[in-house]
Amino acid sequence: MQLYGAHKLPGKLFIVEGIDGSGKSTQLSLLGQWLRREGYMVFFSEWNSSPLVKATTRRGKNKHMLTPTTFSLIHATDLADRIERHIVPALKAGAIVLADRYIFTAFARDVARGVSPTLVRDLYKFAVKPTRAFYFRVPLDVSLKRILGARAALKYYEAGMDLEMTEDIEESFRLFQGMIRDRYEEMVDEFGLTVIDATRSIEHQQNEVRAIIERDLIDVPKHPVRSLVIE
Amino acid sequence: MQNRAKHKFEFYGEGLPAIDLHELQGRLIVIEGPDGVGRSTQIAMLKPWLESNGHAVLDTGLTRSELAGKGIDQAKEGHTLGPIALTLFYATDLADRLENEMIPALRAGFIVLTDRYIYSLIARAIVRGADPEWIKSVYGLALKPDAIFYMRAEVNHLILRALSSPMGFDYWESGMDLHLGEDRFDSFVEYQSRMLAVFDSMIDQYGFSVIDATKPIDSIYKDLQRQVGRLLREM
Repeated sequence: MQLYGAHKLPGKLFIVEGIDGSGKSTQLSLLGQWLRREGYMVFFSEWNSSPLVKATTRRGKNKHMLTPTTFSLIHATDLADRIERHIVPALKAGAIVLADRYIFTAFARDVARGVSPTLVRDLYKFAVKPTRAFYFRVPLDVSLKRILGARAALKYYEAGMDLEMTEDIEESFRLFQGMIRDRYEEMVDEFGLTVIDATRSIEHQQNEVRAIIERDLIDVPKHPVRSLVIE
Repeated sequence: MQNRAKHKFEFYGEGLPAIDLHELQGRLIVIEGPDGVGRSTQIAMLKPWLESNGHAVLDTGLTRSELAGKGIDQAKEGHTLGPIALTLFYATDLADRLENEMIPALRAGFIVLTDRYIYSLIARAIVRGADPEWIKSVYGLALKPDAIFYMRAEVNHLILRALSSPMGFDYWESGMDLHLGEDRFDSFVEYQSRMLAVFDSMIDQYGFSVIDATKPIDSIYKDLQRQVGRLLREM
């Protein structure tokens, strides 16, 4: 078992982080399209999407069965499954893996829920260290306007209702998003997150992200499989 | 009451949030040991005995949580989860049972009898190459039991047990996911030998009481009754 920072894999792992409504998923999808057009092998992985673990997570969420500890553990299980099943093999094959949310989402949410920061960092030591982690920084009122304007129903855990701060789900969501944003801000230096100003135009942000990634990919062959030496 | 005040639980590591350990009045008793060694037979006898002596008993075991039990069983069915994900899935199952069953039962003064605990999970993960320090930090959420009975048997004995079971050499009990041998038998022998070595290395580390599981069922039961009785005399 390789611990965080110890994996030596030919591929590259880029991840995007930020609070809900920061626009990170839009940016990641545009990035993927560009990389594919450039001829790279691209593999996407989304937070909370392991088919084997998802049913349990859904059950726990629907029935409000999750405590801060089990919420944290089930999401770690989900990422572990995706890392073992998809991310490590893709990186071994020399692909570019793009992940929508990664360990920093867990660090921000779980700690906001009261899980110890050292505990959750230890828990995720199995994770591959990303080549680069983008943090889409946005003021709370901007992201809230995007989210609350776009859809009606907020979910129980997403709004942090389990923290029992208030009975008003929209107010709870505002408070919880604020707590998560504070945790992200603390992690910028701790983990060297690459901050993108997410208040600017989509095009402007995408150009900035592409320029940064271009430099990270200087030594990456576009068709790694063709030059792969199978021992 | 004086004796009760003296008894206090501890966590192995950072533990679970928002638990007042002083409130836990019951006792936590673990039966550990390899596959097919007769753990559940002993628990099935200990439970009614304890109850007839006036103790309330909760019996629990791996993958019995409401949250994750089904998911783990399904994942194992397809033989599709990797070792790290499986370890964390088991940890989710244990945390759910600790928070929602075992700790509330201990708070109410129950004897909690658990068929396996973190030691089997740690052993399985270590045999599958998990980092020992990492796995220990994950199970820092667990309560330290009052007693851990390790039912120990050599691999030859486990082979006889497997042969007399309708399941034969089960996929997971043979460690087939590790590709250790030509066939189920070779794999079973190698896997159970490795498990045994890890279990043995934990005897001193975690303070196991070793029970010779090759003895007749009745004699093991008497031994357990004696040791559990001693433990509960102070209650």
